[in-house]
Amino acid sequence: MLPIAGLVCGFVFGWGLLISSMMEPAKVLAFLDVFGAWDASLLVVMAAALTVSSVGFALAKGRARPLFAAKSLWPDKTAIDAPLVAGAALFGIGWGLSGLCPGPALENLATLSPRLIVFVIAMAFGMVAHDMWQRRRATAPTGPVTAGTDG
Amino acid sequence: MANFTPVSAAIGGALIGLAAVLLMVATGRIAGISGIFGGLINAPGRGWRLAFIAGLILAPLTGTLAGYPLTEPQMPASWAVIVIAGLLVGFGTRLGGGCTSGHGICGVARLSPRSIVATAIFMAVAVAVVAITRHVLGA
Repeated sequence: MLPIAGLVCGFVFGWGLLISSMMEPAKVLAFLDVFGAWDASLLVVMAAALTVSSVGFALAKGRARPLFAAKSLWPDKTAIDAPLVAGAALFGIGWGLSGLCPGPALENLATLSPRLIVFVIAMAFGMVAHDMWQRRRATAPTGPVTAGTDG
Repeated sequence: MANFTPVSAAIGGALIGLAAVLLMVATGRIAGISGIFGGLINAPGRGWRLAFIAGLILAPLTGTLAGYPLTEPQMPASWAVIVIAGLLVGFGTRLGGGCTSGHGICGVARLSPRSIVATAIFMAVAVAVVAITRHVLGA
């Protein structure tokens, strides 16, 4: 049942990005361009998504366990540390350069755009490079290990 | 704000939030796309991750039947910028533990201080980058 749930959720998520035009990098860049012809649509997308998810999560927290898994994996990290800040900043640079974050980037694979495919390959490379770097640090005699994700 | 589309934005946003709630209720997972995609490499549970991404790609393909044309995304002109941006998005989201969905929506909805800080940073940095590329360099 787990893959079916994944498929349905990805599909609904994808329709959300499609209807809101958030899979279009130009639309996202228009939001980020606050000193130009600013388009606040992304803010409305976030507000609507946050309204639904905050209520839904509050209800979900009261449940003993998820439908198709042993337990809920709520993120438990709380520290505001250097990797969080540096990672968010690096992501922000890439997002600002392209107008693409991971969801819309993957969804746009449907268009078979060669430039988009190159972007997704580079994104996957960046993720692999990060994981390899973390593994090397983890096996090194010194240096703190930072692993786990929030989402 | 000639291109402001609040109605479709609200409907789309609500669907994104609904998908995040459904994923948590059904699988107990956070709908963070960088985490779902990045987890394909070495985290357990490859099947549901691939299925989620398949659903994501399937959405615009079915959208063509409902009057949403499948158009190529407007990408940077420079291949170097495309590669650098892709690398930064991949590396940065893994280092920071999330992206617009995992931190920006799921994390902020949980009122996680980590996610609120991360979202403020990547939004501010992206706004600064667009200001520089469009109004300083591109002017």
